[in-house]
This record gives sequence, C-alpha cells and structure tokens, in this order.
Amino acid sequence: MKEELFVSGRNIPNIDPFLNIWHWEIPVYLYLGGISAGIMFFAGLFTVLGKEKEMPTTVKWSTFLVPVALVLGLFALFLDLKHQLFFWRLYTTIRIESPMSWGAWTLMFITPLSMVWAASYIKELIPGWKWKLGILDTIEDLVIKTRKPLAWAMMALAIVLGVYTGILLSAFNARPLWNTSILGPLFLVSGLSTGLAAIIWMSKSHFERTVLTKIDIVLIGVELFLIIHLFMGFLAGSAVKIEAAELFLGGEFTTAFWGFVVILGLIIPVILEILELIGFKIPIWIPSILVLIGGLIFRFIMVEAGQITRFLY
Amino acid sequence: MRYGMAIDTAKCVGCGDCVVACQTENNVPNGYCRDWVVENVNGSYPNVEIELRSERCNHCENSPCVRCCPTGASHIVKGGIIMVTHNECIGCGACIESCPYDARYSHPEGYVDKCTFCQHRLEKGQNTACVEVCPTTCLHFGDLEDPYSDVSLALKNRTWKVLAPEAGTKPQLFFLT
Repeated sequence: MKEELFVSGRNIPNIDPFLNIWHWEIPVYLYLGGISAGIMFFAGLFTVLGKEKEMPTTVKWSTFLVPVALVLGLFALFLDLKHQLFFWRLYTTIRIESPMSWGAWTLMFITPLSMVWAASYIKELIPGWKWKLGILDTIEDLVIKTRKPLAWAMMALAIVLGVYTGILLSAFNARPLWNTSILGPLFLVSGLSTGLAAIIWMSKSHFERTVLTKIDIVLIGVELFLIIHLFMGFLAGSAVKIEAAELFLGGEFTTAFWGFVVILGLIIPVILEILELIGFKIPIWIPSILVLIGGLIFRFIMVEAGQITRFLY
Repeated sequence: MRYGMAIDTAKCVGCGDCVVACQTENNVPNGYCRDWVVENVNGSYPNVEIELRSERCNHCENSPCVRCCPTGASHIVKGGIIMVTHNECIGCGACIESCPYDARYSHPEGYVDKCTFCQHRLEKGQNTACVEVCPTTCLHFGDLEDPYSDVSLALKNRTWKVLAPEAGTKPQLFFLT
C-alpha cells in the first residue's frame, strides 16, 4: 500500500493561489483572433478567386467586423499584462522561438491591413462617403489597385494568426493539456469555422450561404477529427497527458466540453447545416450562433483546464 | 562554467532559514518567496517516510521560460543562471505558465521575479544567501564543471534525483537521496 499526502506541501500565500494567471482575457482574445482569422482568410480567398460579385458579404461586409474584433482582442491582451507600461518591449525584438513574440508581430501587420481592407469598401457600404483627408483617397486607390496581392497577404497572415492562437498555448510544456502540436491546426480550423459562422449569419444571398455552409460542414468535420486525435494522443501518452485527458473524460470539464462544445457547438450545427442544404427550412442564425458560442466555450475550457494540468513530483 | 545546487534531503530539517535568508537578501515582498521547502510524506504508518526539499528555480539548461519569453526579458547569463530584466518584462505570464516547477511569480510591481542564484553575491565571490545560512549544511552550491567544487563533491558519492525529468528541461538542482 502506498499513499501519498502532502502534509505542508507548498503553500505560499501570495503565489500559489495566483499561478493560474490567465483569466477571461486570454480566451476572449483567442476567440476574437480566431474569428478575425476566419473572416480574413475567406475574404482573401474569394478575392483571389475573383468572386467579389457573387460573395459580397464574405469579401466586403463581414470584413468590417475584423478591425473591431482585433482591436477588442488586443485590448483584452493588454488588460492581461501585469507590467503594462512596458508593453512596447514586444516590438523592440523578434524572438522566433517565442510564439507570443511572432504573434505580436503578426498582429502588428494584420490589424492595419484589416483596417485598410475594410476602409477601401466603405464607399460601397455608405454611398456618398467622403474622406476628410486627401491622403486617405490616395491610400484607398492604392489598396483597390493592389487588391489581389493584399488578398494573398491577408490569407497568409490569417493562417499564421489562426495557428498562433493554438501554438501560443502548445508552447508551454509545463501544462500537459496544452503541450500538443494538434492545438495549432485545431484552433485554426475552429477559428475558420467561427469566422464562417459569422459571415453566414450576416449574408443575405442564398448562393453565398450555400457555398459557405458547404465549406463549414467540411471544417467542422475536420475539427471533430482533430478533437478525436487530440484525445487519442493524450490517452496514448505519459501519465501527465492521461491525467489531462481525464479532466474531459469523467473529470470536471466533461459536461462542458462534450455537451456544449462538441454536441451543441459542432455536431448539432453540422446536422442543421446538412438539413438546410438538403432543403429543410432552418433559420440561418441557429447553426451560426451555436458554432460561435461553442467556439467561445471551447477556448475558455482549454485555457482554464490547461492551467490545472501540471507535472506532479 | 555551469552553476548548480545539490540539496541533501536526508539532512534538511525544514527550518526554512533558506527562505528567510533569501527574502532578506533579495528584498522579496511579504508573502512571496523565491525559494521554499516542500514536505513530502510517503507511505502510511508504520512505514512512513518523509522527504524535505528546499526548492527554488532549477536554472534549467533547456529552459522553457527563456524560450517562451516574447521580449527577451528572461535570459541566460554566465554560468547558466536564468535572469529576468525587470524593465523588459511586460508581465504577460508566458514564463509562469511554462515553468514546470512554479518557480516564478508575479511581483506586486508587475514584473516577474524569481531566484537568481544570488548572482550579485556570486560576482563578489560570495556564496548564495540560502547556502550561507543553512544550519545543517544541506545545501551545496558551485560550478558543476569543476570536479572539486562543493556541489560536485556532494554529488560524487551519493545517489541523487532531479525533479520532473520527464519535462525535458534539464534542471540543475540535484536532490541527494
């Protein structure tokens, strides 16, 4: 018989209760970053494919959400910092080994890009819009002329941003739940899918919705596949990985994860989307809102649960 | 040169002098500490075994905290000591999340703080504060590459372990068993 118990263990009043230092700011940022990546990727993709006319919401209107989401996300990130006055230190160096560093640089490029992209469509959104400054007209002309290369850049940066939201967590080997390379693709696919859900919700054209719904069904399929792989990897892994998986397989996150994320956030919306394609009348906002809420809960659970898992010695 | 520390778990009585010495030497704010004593009880009566460990930053060779730091505030100096430059730290918490030993904490002033192996004392040729005060001399510090340093001699004829070797960080704190 072998029992183990910590008589005193480690009990530092001002440190141990605060080791789970990441709170709501991080999942909110990861969520907004994911949606932004999704919207920008598809805006770029359909511009490159030359489908601006057929897919106006994807290419034009939904992109107005991106700067707002990114700025809110960045603000959440800023709130999370404990030494806020020094945040500019992020931009005095590039550290390739640190996902947070190149993530910060990606955001440095993608945020202004999303702003000029949306701004270049403002005249179509609000007829009669006039820029107050002459230079803005020049920038607008430049953006419209270089739309295709910008679309390519946007797709590439969107993929980096989407992967980064997952890699940010998976770089930490002290948190076994996060320390898996599947998190990168999983967060990317989840981000693309939530982005699509937002576009589908906004879209008024039946053709556009059908195209996007088909893509979303594939993405949700891939996401379910990656989630299964995630748990296969954990259960075949070392003791700390198995412990991490058990939080979701009978542990405290079981209902939240399988109920809200997998069933309500992925399986039910994908069934509704398939039914809609077959011809059933389903209000478009139902699958969209389920995917959007599922994505948010997914990120909250991953950030929260990851901080519980650790090496025990 | 590679600094390391050997902690004799058979000699440690868990008095906590190393903790107080560190807090005093490094002006650690109240309720915080850079080193701590863990009391681990194994087994049940009558076969009980207790292990006392004075723990601190492991100054890992493959240090995840330095890898994850986005600004380079966490860095490695001579002898493999991991330091944090306070006015480069943005307080993002990446290093706290990446440390398997929970050796880092968020200082009330915002930056991240941790054990420095008393680098300011080493520069003057002195020993670390915790080693200096240990009443049972269970702490041994020195250059691991020097076969006659205090730490090398302590490791020589004893069995030892490192904590969470499976984390792959190559820690430089050795617990004599």
